[in-house]
This record gives sequence, C-alpha cells and structure tokens, in this order.
Amino acid sequence: MPVFDLFLLEALINGIFLGGVLALLSLGLNLIFGVIDVVWICYAELIMFGMYGMYFLYTVYHVPIVLAAAVCIIGVGLLGVLLHALVIAPLLGAAPINQLLATGGVLFFLQSAATVLFGVEFKNLGLRLPVLKVAGMFISYSRLLAFAAALIGMVLVYLFLTRTYTGAAIRAIAQDRQIMPLMGVNARRIYLITSALGGALAGLAACLLVLQYDVHPFVGLSFGPITFLICVLGSLGNFGGGFLAAFVFAEIISVGGLYLDLEWGYVFAFAFFIVMMFVRPEGLMAKRS
Amino acid sequence: MLELKSVRAGYGSFQALFDVSLEVRQGEAVSVIGPNGAGKTTLMRVISGLIRPTAGSIAMEGVDLVATPSYRIVEIGIAHVPESRRLFPRMTVEDNLRMGGFTPAARPKFQERLAVVYELFPRLRERRRQLAGSMSGGEQQMCAIGRALMSEPRLLLLDEPSAGLAPVIVEQVFDLVKRLRAGGLTVLIVEQNVQQVLRVVDRAYLLKAGSIRAAGTAADLLASDTIRQAYLGV
Repeated sequence: MPVFDLFLLEALINGIFLGGVLALLSLGLNLIFGVIDVVWICYAELIMFGMYGMYFLYTVYHVPIVLAAAVCIIGVGLLGVLLHALVIAPLLGAAPINQLLATGGVLFFLQSAATVLFGVEFKNLGLRLPVLKVAGMFISYSRLLAFAAALIGMVLVYLFLTRTYTGAAIRAIAQDRQIMPLMGVNARRIYLITSALGGALAGLAACLLVLQYDVHPFVGLSFGPITFLICVLGSLGNFGGGFLAAFVFAEIISVGGLYLDLEWGYVFAFAFFIVMMFVRPEGLMAKRS
Repeated sequence: MLELKSVRAGYGSFQALFDVSLEVRQGEAVSVIGPNGAGKTTLMRVISGLIRPTAGSIAMEGVDLVATPSYRIVEIGIAHVPESRRLFPRMTVEDNLRMGGFTPAARPKFQERLAVVYELFPRLRERRRQLAGSMSGGEQQMCAIGRALMSEPRLLLLDEPSAGLAPVIVEQVFDLVKRLRAGGLTVLIVEQNVQQVLRVVDRAYLLKAGSIRAAGTAADLLASDTIRQAYLGV
C-alpha cells in the first residue's frame, strides 16, 4: 500500500486536533466533578446554548467574531453560576441520584427551551475557513484553530490552578473537602468560581465546535456522551487522566474512521471503552491510595 | 484566651460532649487526655468550627466563635492540626503550606512564614517539591504542623499528633510542642499518649464519655491515683 502512510499520518494529525477539543470538553466536566462532586449531565447542553450564542451574535447580528467569542465564553460561564446557584447548591447534601436526576432534568429543559426559542433547523455560522495543503495532506484550518484555542484554554486553566491561591484551593478541595474551613477557605465561594470556570470552558468549547458543526437543539447528544466516557476512562475527576483519555479516544475515532466509515471510528472507540471498563473499571489513572 | 462554657455537641442524634467547660490561658500548653471515644476529637472540631455546638458558648479573647463562620475562625488566630494529619496528598509540600497561609492576612507574609516553617523543619525544605502523600508519617506530621503555623496562629490545636508514629518520632513531636510553647505559642493538645504529654504541658483535663472528669496541673495529674490506675498502668 504505497499511499498508506500519508493517509494514516493525516488521520493521526486529525486525531490530535480532535483530541485537543475533547480534552477541553472533559476538563470542564472533570473540574466540576472533582471539586463539587456533582456530574453536570447537562454539560453539553450548555455548549449548545453557547453555539447558538455564537450563531446569533456573529451570523445574525454581525458582531465581530472575537468579541462574539468573548461574550459567549462569559455568558456560558454565567449560565454555569446560575446552574450551580439554582439547581446544584440546594442539592449538595442530597443523595447523588437526586443530583443526577436534577441535572438530567436541566438537560431536557435546555433542549426543549432551545427547540421553542430557536426551532429545530440546523444553523451554522456560514463561515468558510480554508483547507490547508501541507505535504500532500489536507489539514482543516478550522480544526487546527480549534485545537490551538483549546490548548491555549487548557494552559490558562493550568496556570490558574497552579499559580493562584484560588486555584490551589480548587485543587485542595478536590482532595479533602471537610478540612477546607481549617485553611480559611469558604467552600461555597470556591464552588461558584469553579462553576463559572466550568461554564466558561463550555463556552470556549462552543466557540470552537460551532466552527465545525451545525447547531441544533439536540447537538449536545453528539458531544455529551463521549465527554462522559472520556472522563470515566480517565478516572472521573482526574484532570491528567481525562487529558490522556481524550487523545486515546480521538485517535481511535480518527484512525478507526480511516479504514472504514467515520461512524466506525465511534464504534471502535465505544467498544474500546467497554473493554477497558472490564480491564480497568476505575479508569486509566485509577487513584492509588 | 480560649474559654468553653457548658458545650454540648454531637453528630445527629448521637451526643459526644456533655456540658464541657474548659479554659486555655495565654502562653499555656494544655492537654485533654482520655480514652478512645471520649469525645476529644469532637472537642477540637467544635473549637475550630468543623462542627457546631448544640448548646454552650465558645469564645476566643471575647470573640464568640459559635457565631463566626467556620472559615473565619483561622483568621481569629486558631489553627487546627486535625487527627490523622489530613494533608492534601496529591499536592506538593509547598502547596500544602500555601494552603495553610490562605487567609488574606497571611498571603503577604507567605515567604516570611515559609522561612519560619523551614527553619523549624529543615526536612520540609528538602522535600518542598515532593507530593505530601509520598512522605513518611513523621514527615507528614511535620508538614501538617507547618501548614497550621503558616497562618501565624496564636492558639494551636493539635489532635493526636503522636498517633501512628514511631517512638523516636513521637519524642520529636513532643519536643517540638515544648519549643513552640517556649516561643510564646499557646497550645491545646489532645492525646492518648498520656504519660508523655503530661511531661510537656502545664495543665490537663481528663475527658471521659463526653464530660470532664478531672482537671489540674500536669504534675498533680501524674501523681493522682485515678489517672495512674486508669491510663498509666502503674
């Protein structure tokens, strides 16, 4: 197979690009789970609202795209704060199943709200980004852009978590919630900041995904389940594990899709997940303690 | 300095403390001794606000601690080294110390306090980039005490600092308590290691089944028949 290598390389590169975006998605969810101990089942629906935000600001109201992205990131960050204050905070002491059901309820609420507000038609930015030709390979500019922006977003979050007092408190609270008052940390404030950060990450993801995909009220189903699987595969709440698992998944999807249809890539990825759950039920980065 | 009056506390319907009153004066080292399950840890947690009393009053230099949000109690000058250390295991030693200096008042003094802690525990300076959970028990105890000292407390609460440590390390911990007290820090220490703790504190209370059964100077308690029979095995 003489052309084998070039196609494989292209698939590997696309896998890395996809991995960056999936890693960004899983980081937001992991952050919320690690710190607040709650799973935002409706995480991908926050992204869906962010995508609509981009569509309306940029395509309908012609706001410059960078400004639209900034508004979108801040707006979804505020949605995260609202979600925490209205739904999560009152249920913090409740059984985990109640919290799951509540955020699951928010998922259907947001889907229905989007259907009523925006209709079921597929919308897109109408933005045509060029395809780059590098050494005989086709590299999508929008994927490259999404990858780069996701990477920058993750670096910023990393710096925030490692260089600031609030960031240190966010890491600490994920390791020992009960003693936080002894450090002088107001856990409720940290939860709100984390929710804003988780929302902002969903907002950033929305800006990047809307470059590549149409938005519709059920678009969350395309990213939500895979984000959960990545977080579980990387050991829920483990940031490094989620990062690694995102790239593993993305490469399976991308390379698996090379030999058969793209959908087969997803079949392989989910099959891999199921096998891994038998082999390492705690995830790739099972906590040693 | 610290005054508890008729404090009752518990977990749900289980009451762990029955009308406990005690006092710690400025510059003193005071111990609360007693058997397992006597309510010693509950007593410490009720002072630092981790659990709330159901009755009674707790005051630090006249400030009502019961009415103070738990995360503000450290700002009043009380640092609590919890039972079994409770470090952040997947954070470095220095990040653990940073968390100890989290309060707005402590942040500008971070380098200064870090120097004090490293002077006290040179081993921590060597291990500052190491994950706290990967250290030995003795080193973790040093880190836990160092973390508490980062907030520049005036009252240090130590909950079973000798638990699970080798005898030679236990010796070092009690020696440290002596040095901290000599440096002007007020210390309230809960211990099961009765004989050793009574040699480093000024006064002690005996807590049993949630109430104070005896109180006095360390020397008196060491000499008292009840204590000797019950705890010293002589």
